[in-house]
Amino acid sequence: MHVSNEKTGLYGLMAEFDTAQGIVDASTKAVGAGYTKLEAYTPFPIEELNDIIHKRRTHLPKVVLFMAFCGMGTGFALQYWASTIAYPFNVGGRPLATWPAFVVPSYELTILFSALTAAIGMLALNGFPQPYHPVFNVERFTTASTDKFFLVIEAEDGRFTKEQTGAFLQGLGAKGVYDVAH
Amino acid sequence: MATETYNPPDSLSGLQSKGMMAAIGGAVLAGIGFAMAGADRFFEAYLIAWVAWTGVAVGSLALLMLQHLSGGAWGLVIRRILEAATRTIPVMAILGLPIFAGMSHLYHWSTAEGAEDAMVAAKAAYLNTPFFIARYVLFFAAWSFMSWRLSGWSAEQDRTGDPALAVKMSNLSGLGMVVFFLTVTFAVTDWTLSVNPHWFSTMWGLLYVVGWGLSALAFSIYILARLSKERPMDHVLNASHFHDLGKLLFAFIMLWAYLSFSQFIIIYSANTQEEIPHYWIRSKGGWQYVGWALVIFHFVLPYVLLLARDIKRDWRRVSLIAAWVVGIRVVDYYWHVSPEFHLDGLAVTLVDVALPIALGGVFVMLFAMQLKGRPLLPLHDEGLAKALTHHTH
Repeated sequence: MHVSNEKTGLYGLMAEFDTAQGIVDASTKAVGAGYTKLEAYTPFPIEELNDIIHKRRTHLPKVVLFMAFCGMGTGFALQYWASTIAYPFNVGGRPLATWPAFVVPSYELTILFSALTAAIGMLALNGFPQPYHPVFNVERFTTASTDKFFLVIEAEDGRFTKEQTGAFLQGLGAKGVYDVAH
Repeated sequence: MATETYNPPDSLSGLQSKGMMAAIGGAVLAGIGFAMAGADRFFEAYLIAWVAWTGVAVGSLALLMLQHLSGGAWGLVIRRILEAATRTIPVMAILGLPIFAGMSHLYHWSTAEGAEDAMVAAKAAYLNTPFFIARYVLFFAAWSFMSWRLSGWSAEQDRTGDPALAVKMSNLSGLGMVVFFLTVTFAVTDWTLSVNPHWFSTMWGLLYVVGWGLSALAFSIYILARLSKERPMDHVLNASHFHDLGKLLFAFIMLWAYLSFSQFIIIYSANTQEEIPHYWIRSKGGWQYVGWALVIFHFVLPYVLLLARDIKRDWRRVSLIAAWVVGIRVVDYYWHVSPEFHLDGLAVTLVDVALPIALGGVFVMLFAMQLKGRPLLPLHDEGLAKALTHHTH
């Protein structure tokens, strides 16, 4: 272990576990001990971790709903403008603002806006694009995409001190605890 | 878990008595309504109520066949509910008999005067009373047969665990799905479309395929939520099951809205003399409010509520929405049938409310009797263990 300034040199501490149950238990205890800035890295999705670590719900659904209404309004306004102001045209004696005919394109734009917002917003809220992340500085971390489970407690956490947090992670039954350099 | 028998709870007897009370209360009210409004209004309301509850039974048959074909935890947990509902189909055939007593009023084409109409005369080879009756028998024979086989094999599977039975059920369901689409299309063309023999819509059959499926799904979710309160199902069901069923309910509501609106927009756009009267008579005299009520309460309200993940995962709230949908379905059938008889305007009478309650009561009573006779889960289905540990992301 190399010595470095906790506040500037270290991103956090990484603990390695062999099993999914191991990381679920460790996460539960870490959250129970009051740590808030932590993240788990697993080779496959483990649903319980969501409930343990990420208690705060994402704002994405609200953003999607807002953009859905924007899409609906855009679709309707576009047709209204085209058929009553820009290019008024008598179709079978119907009123210029024939709203039933506007429903389908308005609906399509609702879906288009919300689907794009959901996809792009999900990536943006996840912090993508992100060409660099400190966890890859740990050599063992390559196994996170095959068969090992990692829990990282970040140095930004108010309760983080290198010695105590390191001892805490060891106490959780980690196979190894590594420094994560910035 | 191998010894678990999933015996139905005693509370199903309570549901059965509630159904009976609704049937008696509804029948008394219908009798008063009959005295007040006369036979014609009675028959109109009877047709609407009977189509609504027959729809739950026959729609259950479709969902039953669908889940035999698709598999999945959602289908497994409601399979016994669907089977019990389909076993009421033969009784629904008998409950439909008053419609024949009211034929001269409900189906103007069946009267001597109506048959003189040039367009009706041109359709007489198909649209005549003996053939109408023969088709009625044929539809119910087909549905009853499929229900009898699927229920019978399922009971046999409980006893023997023979894996060949699952293959049999899925094979019958594949063919049965085709039969279902065809029979429902022809049946509702007879029962609700021909109240106005001049008008036609190729969307009509699909509207009922989806509408009946929606009724059946909503009814099943409501019953499943009731069962989830106590043993044995409280140990079996979790939020994920209701989440799945809620998503399916959401999809069915969207499909219903899509088909209903498609029929409207196509006819509205074409604006031809033979098609537009259907919507013209429904756009005035108070009928327009029924139409708007359907848009808001049959589509927007359940749609918006079911968007929320938390609501779908909460069986109490899902079951409230499901019960709401079962009720609002009746208004859709009312919108299909009643304006044809009341061109001068909307006029709701006591029978319109009493008969859906009465026939609903009879249906629920029969359903509860059937449901309590068998285990609440298919004991030897190979997907059972997986369905019980069901977890969705």
